Formats: sequence, C-alpha cells, structure tokens
Amino acid sequence: MTSAIPARTTTASSGEPGPRLDAANEKTNGKTRKAPKQYSDRARAERRLGWILAGPAFIIMLLVTLYPILQALYESLFRFRLTAPSEREFIGLGNYAVILSDPVWWSDLWTTVLITIVTVAVELVLGFALALVMHKALKSVRGLLRTAILVPYGIITVVSAFAWFYAFDISSGYVNSWFSWLPGIDEDLNWFAQGPTALFVIMASEIWKTTPFISLLLLAGLAQVPDELSEAAKVDGATWWEQMRKVIIPNMKAAIMVAVLFRALDAFRIFDNVFIMTNGAYGTEVLSLLAYRQSISRLEIGLGSAVSVLLFLCVLLICFVAIKLFKVDLAGSQGGK
Amino acid sequence: MTNTSTRNKVLWAVATVLVLIYALFPVVSILATSFKTPSDLTSGKFLPSSGTATTSNYEQILVGDAQGLFLSALRNSIGISLIATFIAVVLATLCAYAIARLDFPGKKLVLTTALAVSIFPVISIVTPLFNLWRTIGLYDTWLGLIIPYLSLTLPISIWTLAAFFRQIPWELEQAAQVDGATTWQAFRKAIVPLAAPGVFTTAIIAFFIAWNDFVYGISLTSTEAARPVPAALAFFTGASQFEAPTGAISAAAIIVTIPIVLLVLLFQRQIVSGLTSGAVKG
Repeated sequence: MTSAIPARTTTASSGEPGPRLDAANEKTNGKTRKAPKQYSDRARAERRLGWILAGPAFIIMLLVTLYPILQALYESLFRFRLTAPSEREFIGLGNYAVILSDPVWWSDLWTTVLITIVTVAVELVLGFALALVMHKALKSVRGLLRTAILVPYGIITVVSAFAWFYAFDISSGYVNSWFSWLPGIDEDLNWFAQGPTALFVIMASEIWKTTPFISLLLLAGLAQVPDELSEAAKVDGATWWEQMRKVIIPNMKAAIMVAVLFRALDAFRIFDNVFIMTNGAYGTEVLSLLAYRQSISRLEIGLGSAVSVLLFLCVLLICFVAIKLFKVDLAGSQGGK
Repeated sequence: MTNTSTRNKVLWAVATVLVLIYALFPVVSILATSFKTPSDLTSGKFLPSSGTATTSNYEQILVGDAQGLFLSALRNSIGISLIATFIAVVLATLCAYAIARLDFPGKKLVLTTALAVSIFPVISIVTPLFNLWRTIGLYDTWLGLIIPYLSLTLPISIWTLAAFFRQIPWELEQAAQVDGATTWQAFRKAIVPLAAPGVFTTAIIAFFIAWNDFVYGISLTSTEAARPVPAALAFFTGASQFEAPTGAISAAAIIVTIPIVLLVLLFQRQIVSGLTSGAVKG
C-alpha cells in the first residue's frame, strides 16, 4: 500500500487484514514466478478463477469503447455520407485536413478549453469551501448538508440545464427583474442571444451540477489530513490561512490533483448544457456538439468520426500532461502494489 | 467564551443556510415554474402569481395530450437504467471480488482499463455505434442503449466495489469454516452481509449515471420505442404549435427528480462513502 496520501487511520486499520493477506500471497507467488513450472495447483486455479470472474467485465469494457474508437479511426479515413453511401471513398487523412483547417474547429476547441478552465477553477474554490463546511460542521447538520449537496450531484444534467435556462430566459425568467439594479442587466437582456452571457449561464449550470462531486473528493482528502498536524500548527500560533496553506493543502495535494483531473476530463466533454440552452449558437459550440452535429445531424460519418478521434486525442493529451507533468497518480494504491 | 460560541453558532447557521440555498435553489426554481399557468410564465416573478398556481402542467404530461410522449419516455428511462445498472453491478461484483481477493496477473490492467473507459469521451463512441446500430438493427431499441450504458456504469462500479471489497475482513470466512460452516455457508453468512451494503451503494451510483445520460439517448433513438426522459425533454413541443413547452418540461423535470431526491434522502451516508472510497483512497 504505497501511496502519496497518508492512509486514513480508521479505515486503514479495518481494511488492513485483507490487503495484508493478499500481499502475503503475492510474495509466495513472486517466488514461484521465477520458476514457472512449479505453480502450485492452488495458485493456478486462483489465476484461472481470477480471469473467469474479471474477464466478462473486462471484455465488455473493451467491446463498448475500444471497438467503437477503432471503428471511428477507420471510418475517419473515408469520405462517407450516410445519405450517399455509394460515394464512399478513401481519402486518407483528408477529413483531418478539412477539420483542422476550418476555423470552426479552432473556435469550438477554444470554447471547450475556456469552459473547462473556468468551471474547474471555480469548482475547485467553491468545492473546497463546501468541503470545509461539511468537514467542520456540527454532527447535527452534517447529514442535512450532505443530503442537500447530493441533490445537484444526482440531478439529471438536462434538468439542471432547463432550470437555469428558464430562470435566465427573457420571457419565462425572473433573473432580469431581480437583478435589474446591476449595470448591464435590464428587462430586455436576452442572455442567450450572445456568446459571453450564454456561456455564463451554461457554466453556471455546469458548476452547480458538478461542484458537489469535486467537494466530496476534497472532503475525503480533508479527512486524510491528520488532525494533530493542524492542531500542532494552531498551538504554534499559525493563523487559519497559514494552517490552510502550509499544512492542510500540501497534505491533500494528491486528492486535489485527482479531483481536478477527473473534473477537467469531464468538463472537456461538456454537451448537455450547451445542447439545451443554445444548441451551439452564438459561438457557444463545443467539440462534443461539433461531433454530434457532423455525424448524427448531418450524417457525415467520415467527418464526424474524425472529430470524434480528435476529441479522443485531446482527452488523451490532457491525461498525459496531467500524469507526466503533474504526476497525478490516478490509480494510486488502488492499482494494487 | 460564551460570546465566541454564540458567534460561532450564528456563523454555522449562516453557512448551513448558504449551502442549502446553493444546493436547492435551482430545484425550487423549476418547481415554481412547473406550477405556473402559460400566461403567468412571463410575469418575471419567481413564484406563480397568487391564486394562479396550477397543476395543469402535471396533468398534461401524466393524463393529458403529452402523456404518450412522457410516460413512454419514463418507462424507457426506468427500464433501461435499471437493466444497465443490474448488469453492471453483477459483472462488477464478480470482477471486484477477483481484484480484492484473488491473485492473478492482469489485475492492474483491469483497473486501468476501467479508469480509461470512464474518462472516454462519450461522443467518440456514439458516431461508430450510430452507424453500426443502424446496420444491425439495434438503433432505437432498449438493448441499443443498454449496451453503451455499460460503458458508463461498469467502470465506476468496478472501482467503487473494489474499494469496498478491500475493506472486508475476509478472514471471517475462514473463521466460519473453522467453526464448521461449509464454504457456501461461510460465504453467505459471513461475507454477504458485509458486502451487500457496498453492492447496493454501487447500484445507486450506477443508476444515477445511467439515469443522467443524454448523449446516447438523443443519438441512438428516434421514437418513443426507446427514447429516455432526458432526450424526450429536449424534443418536447408545446400543447400547441405556438406555445412554448416550458410548463410541461418543468413538470416532467420535477417528476424525474423525485426518485433522485428520495434515494439521496434515504441513503446519503452510503452514497457519500461510495463516491469517496471509489475515487480517492489512501
């Protein structure tokens, strides 16, 4: 159990016997591995049983993702429209050239990156505040707070999108009349008729819906910071801010990194909120919507597949950067050894 | 001393109220909208004007002319999500048991694959599936959604359950056997009661994810045969051509939020522990 995160004291003690047994098993097997012919029957049976149990899930996961992405990769090399199947023609990387030389791709990429950066940054701050409140809250309200915070987590994204849309909408909304005292907001402001204001509402809905997830991850991270450390800092006269900066945040760096990476990858795939509120109008189109528009609406399977592959490569790139540059250990001790 | 504790109490009360407003305001907002009459929708007010609150929006989608559209979508959503959850949890239970309990090569590969699948952009799967499903006849069917839903529900189920199973004191099983129980009895009496809460929690989380899906729902269906609620909401049209479906959509949104709120109210503790143990664990 090597991990950057100090093991939680309570669960670690209850969870230890299991992994310890496993570790013992692994050791004996490590020895036998050097002399492969001498597997005990029991070890061999265990390996077989392991794959019999884990195999179906593993194969299904491969079938539902690896197969489609390979298929997309293949189809992206063709000029292929479902409405004109006979004109299907191999064009190599032609679709990619078309996409990458089109300003639409770059503006959609920029919108997606902007949404990802802004929402993740806001969610990190807001989520941390929520986690702190839940962590320090009195026992009597802790359950209430967690229940409340799980409502946005569990709610359907489309429902969240409609809730925010109707609140801001020029005809059915009340935001304009509530906030008409703010400069720039009046009865005639149509939030969804220009990019910046539309993006503001889209991001608000996204942030509202997904902050609970990040805050729960941070809450778990907070629980792993030993109380003695912040107590000691307090005794030494550290201010609240110093405790945060010098003790708490450094100790939960791993949890923060994982939360940020997970959310960034999720935000990069944003689709539902944009589809419901603007359907990509006024420069709010994101990459997922571009892929959807090409393949499902226009039936341009070749182009749509190429966008899908590019989107997939972007996600891979984010992962790669996070893992190599920021050393995010996603698998952590979960991965086994 | 008393002074600071009173101040603390007030501060905590304020913080609690703020969190509650944050979490519930949009839900209350759409709830208020769902009781507005069509003419009241443009009032610019948060609540329905006094005396005009109506349940006609709910009637429209439950017994009225939008009934066929909404109820079939509700049936599809419930059926497809439950089946996708059930399959995922069964497969994940077997898989997570093997990961937590047995020693076999490729353990790490399975976990890494689950992680990779969970960060996969859904839209990248949709394009090829759309084409394939049309060819083999799975387009616009329940099965055509259940299969891709597994890509959403299976990975998180494996991670959450593996984390749960790692915390189970498995030696209880041996202890029971020493005490004279058969293998099956030992498993059923000692292990199942410990593992069941984890399996159940995982099922709730997987269900939330399947219930939330939108991309597969709009891409791989075209009629009431398989279209789930989130997709149906996006294609809702008003009672007449000239009427925005705002009220009906709000009412439908509230109805599909009720199961979420109920599950959260009943199982908040389990859901929180499931979410946190699966994702970050030391």
